[in-house]
Amino acid sequence: MAEATQELLTTADGRPLKEALATAQSRAKRRAFLLVLPLLLFIVLTFLVPIGYTLKRSFEHDGFAASAPALASWFRANPDFDPANPPEEAYAALVEDLARMQVEKTTGLAGARINYSVPGTISLFKKGSREAKTLPPPFKDSLIALDPDWAKPALWRGMASASHVYTTEFYYVASDMKLNDDGWERGEDKERIYLYLFFKTFIVSGIITVLCLLLAFPVSHLLATLPMAKSSILMIFVLLPFWTSLLVRTTSWIALLQEQGVVNDLLVGIGLISEDGRMTMMYNMTGTIVAMTHVLLPFMILPLYSVMKVIPPSYARAARSLGATSWTTFRRVYLPQTLPGIAAGSLLVFILAVGYYITPALVGGADGALISNMIAANMKNSNWSLAAAVAAMLLAAILVLYWLYDRLIGIDRLKLG
Amino acid sequence: MKKILILSTALTSLAFAAKADITVMSWGGAYGEAQTEAFVKPFIAATGKATVMVDSDNPAPAIKAMVEAGNVTVDVASVEYADGIRLCDEGVLEPIDPASLPAAPDGTAAIDDFLPGAVTECAVSTDIWANVYGYDTTKFTGDVPTTAADFFDLAKFPGKRGLHKSAKAVLEFALIGDGVPVGEVYNVLSTPEGVDRAFAKLDSIKADVVWWEAGSQAPQLLADGEVVMTTAYNGRLFAAAMNEGKPFQIVWDGQVYENEMFVVPKGAPNKEDAMAFIAFATSTEGLRASAQQISYGPARKSSMAEEIIYKDGTTVMAPHLPTAPENLTNALLSSSDFWVDHDAELNERFQAWLAQ
Repeated sequence: MAEATQELLTTADGRPLKEALATAQSRAKRRAFLLVLPLLLFIVLTFLVPIGYTLKRSFEHDGFAASAPALASWFRANPDFDPANPPEEAYAALVEDLARMQVEKTTGLAGARINYSVPGTISLFKKGSREAKTLPPPFKDSLIALDPDWAKPALWRGMASASHVYTTEFYYVASDMKLNDDGWERGEDKERIYLYLFFKTFIVSGIITVLCLLLAFPVSHLLATLPMAKSSILMIFVLLPFWTSLLVRTTSWIALLQEQGVVNDLLVGIGLISEDGRMTMMYNMTGTIVAMTHVLLPFMILPLYSVMKVIPPSYARAARSLGATSWTTFRRVYLPQTLPGIAAGSLLVFILAVGYYITPALVGGADGALISNMIAANMKNSNWSLAAAVAAMLLAAILVLYWLYDRLIGIDRLKLG
Repeated sequence: MKKILILSTALTSLAFAAKADITVMSWGGAYGEAQTEAFVKPFIAATGKATVMVDSDNPAPAIKAMVEAGNVTVDVASVEYADGIRLCDEGVLEPIDPASLPAAPDGTAAIDDFLPGAVTECAVSTDIWANVYGYDTTKFTGDVPTTAADFFDLAKFPGKRGLHKSAKAVLEFALIGDGVPVGEVYNVLSTPEGVDRAFAKLDSIKADVVWWEAGSQAPQLLADGEVVMTTAYNGRLFAAAMNEGKPFQIVWDGQVYENEMFVVPKGAPNKEDAMAFIAFATSTEGLRASAQQISYGPARKSSMAEEIIYKDGTTVMAPHLPTAPENLTNALLSSSDFWVDHDAELNERFQAWLAQ
């Protein structure tokens, strides 16, 4: 008996079975890996690399560091200088760099970098670098005589910070901080925008998710329980808008809801409201919520439908036959079984809503803008690093929510179809 | 089958690449059409080079993105004056040699023929346009708005207002509407109190403002009756009134005007053709042709030597141009220096104000 177990099992050609099996399995694994390799490459190239690049961008800006080497090395040698009163050597290094910028045509790049935290710097730099060559020493006095702004402590703080290629400055700006003479401080209320919009974006996305759920639940139930012929027709009504261009759907809502639009005309026509009492339903938060709820509705209906479709109707019948009221049947038997669909739909709609751009841009008007519109505005102002920082904060917030969701509901309970 | 597919794909992409010698990016709408008629079509007729026009809401961020990504598909772009300066400073644009621009018919060198400031290191003016406001004449009986202050007077002229959703030109207009003389506007706006004053003026009409973003939205809001008066690019209102017979009247008071510039992004695929196109478009005849299509003023003195007639064959353009002396009595030249410095800061403040 003991002898038999010690004898190795071998294949027909005499190789140990264990080894042969491992070879065969690793070959199969390699083949399977080769099959997913294109997808993996695709994800890395189109998803991970751009996100990584964006994150890097939010920390990195060499516009000033690269064009002002003399000043940058002075800052490195004197990290504890007094921004309120920088010494003559600092000004000498600055004038040297300004003269170099004029030759290398980098004034705009360097000025723009400082301008992100200290507005008004671009023209200051331009004027400075035009005159730099002819400025007489002592440079401190002559530069301040050219423009007193060169003595501003905030400017020196800004330049010291920008002399490093890597910085967290953009995250300060994206948290409504301002660089003052005493360093980074909370901005004035009238200038604060980012944190408020973050908060608002999440609230609005939550409202849209709840609205989508309320609207989608009965529709999905109907789709799942109607006879095939009828449910297919209903399904077309769900899918047709889904396949229609987003812009068409958004502009249709404008035509419907604007003050001189179809809905207001109808209400005035049947005498419900007066000509002066036309309702403002577009170019504000109402418009944003209505249009986005409509656009995102299919993302709730489809996961819900796929879950409801496989719930056997006999469960509900059994509950009824055991004496449950229809409300109890729904609450205790039907609803719990739809939870994976609700979870999947809500997550999908919420995450899409948080990053939505085009609909709020078109119908948002004054108070319907969301954080994505601020990202776009910064791209337009060619401040890509700030746009990247805001985007990174948005990504981080979504990851935190995703983690919370996983802890509370469990990601394995998701069911997309 | 696969080979055929690859081959045909390669061929079509080749065909596309060969199809356009020059790609011009402009603002679309009535303006894009005017530039197609005035510049693109005559250029094709004259040189045989295939030239295509593509639209954008604002070409400046688009070309900046292209240059940064190292994938430039546009040869010529139409950008605002301040953007032409800023992008040039950031090294995104090719410098343009003023000597390469054609002289006026009487032999005056281009640099002397252009109005001051119309040719910069990297950009050449195609026209001068203004942020005016206009109203729907059917909405007012009796008194009609005639001044910038009237735009902000809800008691005298009730009804919704359309405004561009951007700090630029809107803040200046608010200060002029509040009684600041045009010569003082940028001095006032350079101080924190001045910015507060501009926002306070905007506050007085905030509840009645419909904000527009794309240039074509403004005449649309006015035509739909969504607003009774709106700021707009003057050519858009003119085009709607002339071509579609809309009852729009432009108010030439307190408007902010500036040059619109052609630029060549760095790394443009057909740089030489692009320069030739710009020289062609900004010649005396080219700028004249543009002003015959849309009511933006030419930036060359020689283009205005003869009377410019609109494409309908009867309308004299002079009174409709932002450069007409009678329209310039109370007008403000947009300051690129100011906006290059304060664009980001004031737009953030503007967004914060909007969200309040």
